[in-house]
Amino acid sequence: MKPNKENLYTHVTLGITLLSVGFIDIFFNTFLNFNITGFFPSIISYLSPLILGSFGLYFIRIEYSGNKILDAINKNLNSSNSNAILSLIVIFILIKYVPSLLNWFIFDANFLGNTKEDCTGDGACWVFVRVWFNRFMYGMYPDAEQWRINFSFILLLVSIGSIFILPNKFKKYIILFLLFIFPVIALNLISGGIFGLEWIETGAWGGLSLTFIVSAFALIFCFPIGVFLALGRRSDLPAIRYSSIGFIELWRGVPLITVLFMSAVMFPMFLPDGTYMDKLMRVIIAITLFEAAYMAEVVRGGLQALPRGQYDAAKSLGMGYWRMHFLIILPQALKLVIPGIANTFLALVKDTPLIFVVGLLELAGMIGLAKTNPKWLGMATEGYVFAALVFWIICFSMSRYSQNLEKKLSTER
Amino acid sequence: MNFKTFSIDLKNKKRLIPQVLTLLSIFLAISYFTFNAQVNMDNRGIAFGFGFLSQEASFDIGFSLIDYDGSHSYARAFLVGLLNTLLVSIIGIFFATLIGVTVGIGRLSSNYLVSKFSEVYVEVFRNIPLLLQLFFWYFAALRALPLPEEAMNFNDISYLTVKGWYVPKFIWTNFSLFICSVIAAIIAIIFVSKHAKKQREEFGKHIPSFYIGLVLLFSLPALSFFIGGVALEFEIPVLEQMSATIFNFRGGVSIIPELMALAMALSMYTATFIAENVRAGILGIGKGQKEAAASIGLNKTQILKLVVLPQALRIIIPPTTNQYLNLTKNSSLAAAIAYPDIVLVFAGTALMQTGRAIEIVSITMGTYLLISLSISSFMNWYNQSVAIKEK
Repeated sequence: MKPNKENLYTHVTLGITLLSVGFIDIFFNTFLNFNITGFFPSIISYLSPLILGSFGLYFIRIEYSGNKILDAINKNLNSSNSNAILSLIVIFILIKYVPSLLNWFIFDANFLGNTKEDCTGDGACWVFVRVWFNRFMYGMYPDAEQWRINFSFILLLVSIGSIFILPNKFKKYIILFLLFIFPVIALNLISGGIFGLEWIETGAWGGLSLTFIVSAFALIFCFPIGVFLALGRRSDLPAIRYSSIGFIELWRGVPLITVLFMSAVMFPMFLPDGTYMDKLMRVIIAITLFEAAYMAEVVRGGLQALPRGQYDAAKSLGMGYWRMHFLIILPQALKLVIPGIANTFLALVKDTPLIFVVGLLELAGMIGLAKTNPKWLGMATEGYVFAALVFWIICFSMSRYSQNLEKKLSTER
Repeated sequence: MNFKTFSIDLKNKKRLIPQVLTLLSIFLAISYFTFNAQVNMDNRGIAFGFGFLSQEASFDIGFSLIDYDGSHSYARAFLVGLLNTLLVSIIGIFFATLIGVTVGIGRLSSNYLVSKFSEVYVEVFRNIPLLLQLFFWYFAALRALPLPEEAMNFNDISYLTVKGWYVPKFIWTNFSLFICSVIAAIIAIIFVSKHAKKQREEFGKHIPSFYIGLVLLFSLPALSFFIGGVALEFEIPVLEQMSATIFNFRGGVSIIPELMALAMALSMYTATFIAENVRAGILGIGKGQKEAAASIGLNKTQILKLVVLPQALRIIIPPTTNQYLNLTKNSSLAAAIAYPDIVLVFAGTALMQTGRAIEIVSITMGTYLLISLSISSFMNWYNQSVAIKEK
């Protein structure tokens, strides 16, 4: 009875028939609420599509049948009994849940309108996201002044983009601009207070733009600190080595949330009486120190990966410690760990929502605020799905980019 | 002074000066901050000290593994928080490993659908911030569960409602004897496997230690039931009408939604990283290893058990423990959904009541640091003991 090539058509017909009965069963069950195998005991009726389908797949499992489609199916979905059952389970899960998810997401969803009452369908109420969109992006930043944030980001994007387009000669000026001049411009532009711009206190900053502000500043500052910590950890001077190790392990051993707590409630106690440091600034310092410890470990990986010959060669040219590191070692080591740096940045972006513990409202925090608005109760799902989508797009593209980089760099060596 | 001693002197100075400067600046920074803290605390009339730990806490905690109410001390509240943190971490680690290993193996499956499905899972859950996932489960998914009177019913034993998951409570008699029997079984299994290994290596004799172990693991505790008078009863939750419209379950154990949401978010998020570790570990074993094992006549299970797994585990375990550590640290997100873990109970409520920011934040951070350092030093020891010893 084992299927073979001689009775190919009998077996294929039999298999496809059984398979179709199984699929029809699951379709009727899902979309028409009608169980065609209801006359069986409940457990058999429940498993009937699976049983029928796996028998069907058993009959069409014919090696080297000569039919390309059949062979491809057998190879990829149906190479053994257990594989067949797994494939069927995945297909049935897709049939059962994907349509209802799509319905909720798009087909039954409401996009138009201005109030909650405009949401009449069964699906998602995207009106909520549309009405609150400005708040989700800019927090409590005044509407009339939002061009300042937009302008800063466009400036950032343009200068990053120009790194890829301009010839190598200008690249380093752009990077210097990004590292030293851009932060000052952006900070002054967004907070205002000079050139006749209205002063906007950091409490009003929020939404997705705050996520970018916090992660961009933390990245810029944590990078040099991380490099020095990594050098310190590999130093042969015991006092420097052990204080670097202590610093790194201290931050790596505690969760970010406690570090933020520290910056919020404990740090003011350590400042001279009467001085006040802005909440956002404290948060950025805390995240910077925290991420610097992780960055240090990434950079240390690069330093360790360099062969000893590089150090020896640099020393034999008569270079001192700093010249050797800045001219020979670090350029190579940092190139090795670009993917690691990208991953650290990714982790940093994913960690920024935590700043809600000190009362700063970025995207997730703004959604928390919006969903408790009495006019918009019961919109938590829409809000969090929207935020998840936004973060997913950012993080996924970044991780893909770092993977590409990893591939590119690994082939060059 | 001749030239040689002078040059050594110079070299020593070159080594000494940066070290002294570093230590001096660290010392200065610490003393500056301590001085400020001293002034600030004097101004507010608080004295530094840990005496407050023995004072009455006078706040309640919603979920506790040990006896606790407002009349207990702050130290006890700290312990409750710590146990809750450990509880959710252990649950999270268990499920993260389960999902992670399944998905990691699934990604390597020859089945196209299964490997795509696993890949989509990893890419989706890895790239969404954990806090958002947590909010999603807590505020969106678990809030959609039915009220107690329409609870989702699992065989009349367990009920899932918006107020939590009610499961039967285990009521043991002579519980300590049962535990003793389990420990005895584990010790016996260790002895059997050691003996089997010795027999195999010295005489080439095969002893089915796995099956003997399985039998031991079940028979000894079973014996304790029949002979030792151990008994187990279940207290099944029952729906009760509190008032005209309010229903609730009585009896059993209630797993609060905060715990469920936190455990779900933590395990699903960490599982993606574990899956990648598992995949990398299995891919890291060269094809030649499997072919060599097959060519000396090992069958498929033996190849997996004796050749692939021992080598793959050596690659998988270090990054996976790192993920376990991350999970434990990430469990501090509990504060966002009011699950009473150490951060919420101690760095939240207790800090609010006592105002002792420095003491409380340092105790909390110190606890996490202690957990991290002890796990990582254990892992260093373990890695050294399993590292390939080249001859």
